[in-house]
Amino acid sequence: MKNFHINTTVNGDEAEFICEPDETLLDVLRNRLGMTGSKEGCGTGDCGACSVILNDRLVCSCLVLAAEAEGGKVDTIEGMADGDKLHPLQKVFIEKAALQCGVCTPGILVAAKALLEKNPDPSETEIRYWLAGNLCRCTGYDKIIKAVQDAAAEMRSA
Amino acid sequence: MAFDENVKTEFKVIGQRVSRPDGIDKVTGKALYGADLSAPGMLIGRVLRSPHAHARIKKIDTSASEAMKGVKAVVVNSDLAEPEDDFFRDVKDNCLARDKALYDGHAVAAVAATSRSIARAAIRAIKVEYEELPSVTDVDEAMKPDAPVVQEGRADETVPAGSGPNVTTYLEFGHGDLEAGFAKADKIIERSFKTAATHQGYIEPHACLASMGADGRGDLWCCTQGQYNVRTICAEVCGIEATQLRVTASEIGGGFGGKTTCFIEPVALALSRKSGKPVKIVMSREEVFRATGPTVSSSSDVKVGMTKDGRITAASAKLRYQGGAFPCGTVEFGAQSAFAAYDLEAVRSYGWNTLTNRPKEAAYRAPGAPMAIYAVESVVDELCQELGLDPLDVRLKNAAKKGTLASYGPTFNDIGLVATLEAAKAHPHYAAPLGENQGRGLSCGFWFNFGGNTCVSLNVNHDGTVGVVEGNPDIGGSRASISMMAAEELDIPYEKVRTVITDTNSLGFNDVTDGSRVTFAVGLATIEAARAAKREMCKRAAQIWGIDAEAVVWEDGAAKPSGPNAGDHPPMTLAEIAADMDSTGGPIAGHHEVNADGAGVSFGVHLVDTEVDPETGATKILRYTVFQDAGKAIHPDYVEGQMQGGAVQGIGWALNEEYIYGEDGRLQNPMFLDYRVPVASDLPAIDTVILEIPNPGHPYGVRGVGETSIVPPLAAISNAVSRAADVRMSELPMSPPRVLKAMSER
Ligand code: FES
Ligand code: FES
Repeated sequence: MKNFHINTTVNGDEAEFICEPDETLLDVLRNRLGMTGSKEGCGTGDCGACSVILNDRLVCSCLVLAAEAEGGKVDTIEGMADGDKLHPLQKVFIEKAALQCGVCTPGILVAAKALLEKNPDPSETEIRYWLAGNLCRCTGYDKIIKAVQDAAAEMRSA
Repeated sequence: MAFDENVKTEFKVIGQRVSRPDGIDKVTGKALYGADLSAPGMLIGRVLRSPHAHARIKKIDTSASEAMKGVKAVVVNSDLAEPEDDFFRDVKDNCLARDKALYDGHAVAAVAATSRSIARAAIRAIKVEYEELPSVTDVDEAMKPDAPVVQEGRADETVPAGSGPNVTTYLEFGHGDLEAGFAKADKIIERSFKTAATHQGYIEPHACLASMGADGRGDLWCCTQGQYNVRTICAEVCGIEATQLRVTASEIGGGFGGKTTCFIEPVALALSRKSGKPVKIVMSREEVFRATGPTVSSSSDVKVGMTKDGRITAASAKLRYQGGAFPCGTVEFGAQSAFAAYDLEAVRSYGWNTLTNRPKEAAYRAPGAPMAIYAVESVVDELCQELGLDPLDVRLKNAAKKGTLASYGPTFNDIGLVATLEAAKAHPHYAAPLGENQGRGLSCGFWFNFGGNTCVSLNVNHDGTVGVVEGNPDIGGSRASISMMAAEELDIPYEKVRTVITDTNSLGFNDVTDGSRVTFAVGLATIEAARAAKREMCKRAAQIWGIDAEAVVWEDGAAKPSGPNAGDHPPMTLAEIAADMDSTGGPIAGHHEVNADGAGVSFGVHLVDTEVDPETGATKILRYTVFQDAGKAIHPDYVEGQMQGGAVQGIGWALNEEYIYGEDGRLQNPMFLDYRVPVASDLPAIDTVILEIPNPGHPYGVRGVGETSIVPPLAAISNAVSRAADVRMSELPMSPPRVLKAMSER
């Protein structure tokens, strides 16, 4: 099968790659662009570890074909901090021990950021439902939910 | 200089909620997990798996696959070495099937190719001729005399004559006169229970990158709970000398016991050896479910006798576990832990392990204990209900304490069960009102904890910073805890210490990150290594001052003269001694090597409120509180995290999670959509209460905390649902159809 030649933007920078027709955006980010921050926990859209923002929408990058990124804009965990200045969510996740193994963390941070951009003051229930597509097997979610609440409060008062 | 041998109780760093050193890497996506490393010229490995639950492999024809362009190696079982020991041979035969495929998903062959798509096609090009055999996946069915035989001749010497062909182990122990005990009871309840197999469910699938040269030297990168264990297994299974195989543990995306063995690493090494190129294998989620270790499934009968005022007079448990297609010893942990929370005069446990056509069991957090304690705690709760007694009072009345002869042999030292029960009783949760269709349940939980082989180096740097080198993968914040203990002991700021986890060739042997052992055993070794470094630093100061080393003590992060003949010298800080070390004798380091015992058992109590929907049978968790004895909580956030995480895994086990097999022996739900682990919207906050009853076996009183928390949820939730639905539940998971059925039959 013929490969595709794709031009896109990743975290604000131009990115160009060749991919097979059935390669996912996650495959390309990880294996062709060297951005392994997005994780593959399932490959079937069930765990959210691969969450990225594609054209301003939160998506599971394992369910998006890489070719769909042509002419688009992708934002990943690697672009979340501003240089060495962490995003408030990243900072609070460390301070509040919202990660244990950390493999779900990139996806949860990307998803939580998308939530707070839509809704700066979500209730606990809203956070729990928004993050229901992001599995975490280590924490029982308690500290994650609290960290999102704390980061939201911090961002509102900033 | 003298060091206090007693458990320390005053702390500066311990108990703080400091930021973990690997935090920034993990929130920015920089941390490298198993699948995140690549090598130049790397091939992609892929595994062919059996579609049959049980089949003789008559022939494997790999020629078409090998002839494909881009395919660089194909391997089968005979490409691996032949270990003498049963344990290693079983791991090998699980990595690549020998002459029979023993379960749906069992690996049969593997390829390495230049791209993923070629590897996929190469797998399809392998022709396997199977002869299908009858299969068995249920534990009780597998124990019948006429059951399909999974493997011949695997019963050990404990198995009584006349047992079914799949039984591999039998055990029995306890003390006291059961018959006399039951005769004293006012009420006896005997019930049978079943629990489904569940998967550890770590979000990171197994992954590795292997590179093996023609010179017999290899490098292996993988996500594992124990790089030394991987080295031992791969050395045996691939026929490599230990020192020639350097294993580096990646960051690990969860393990919970499931990453304490090997599934793909020996295969990747064999492919690399054959192709002469680095080979990476990453499992898919479906492969993880079908072919890596779930926990055992169980069937049990528990009988308990109680007096009207709540004293248990006798108790027995018969536990039947299946651990998949290879022998496993998990039932022993179940039998030993079943009655650990009770001080009993007459008690007996019996256990059987049987083979089935399921994947080889791997450890899962307190392996064997949750299902045994679930059955016992369910019967105790039912007795409380029948006799009109308060379930916490009954637990307190019968609680094991210091001096109790445990049913499995030892006599307990300082343990925290009574304090934990009292904390639960005093908590507002226990007195909160309940509404309609709601029920409250509780259960005790227990885990042994483990110490084991541990080796730590602590290096003092010229600028006054300190590096700790240890060999246990950090699965949930242990680098922080280890740095904290080093900082505490040296009396320097936490930020001055950095802990790294090293490869197998850079430090002596360390046991796996399991048994809740790391904070206990690596912590203990770190404290001892720090003490060794302090002794050396006192010596250096003494040398500079020209006094006796015995006249120097370590206080406030500095060497100080002490005693009548020490003279008057200003204290020398660690940084000052370090800056001068080249001229006072060279590098300063401390080491400690130990096979640590004294881990100190741990108890927990969980309290849960549930609501059962009478229309659908669905259970909602309304409120959840975990009480657990941590000995000493080094970093309270991560202790709470262990308590919460274990509780939620237990909630999944109690309500949703199960391996579902069809009549054909195939796994029907090998994905997260159908094997449903708890998600954030299923749950309330998980409240925690940490008790600290110091473990005399650790300098700071630490007990392991990682495993106990998965034990109580099964019974606590079952007891709550039974009370809410007004019918005694005896099978897990309590999925809505099962609850609805029980309610319709009440
Ligand atoms: S990897 Fe995309 S949702 Fe799991
Ligand atoms: S921290 Fe391990 S899966 Fe979330």
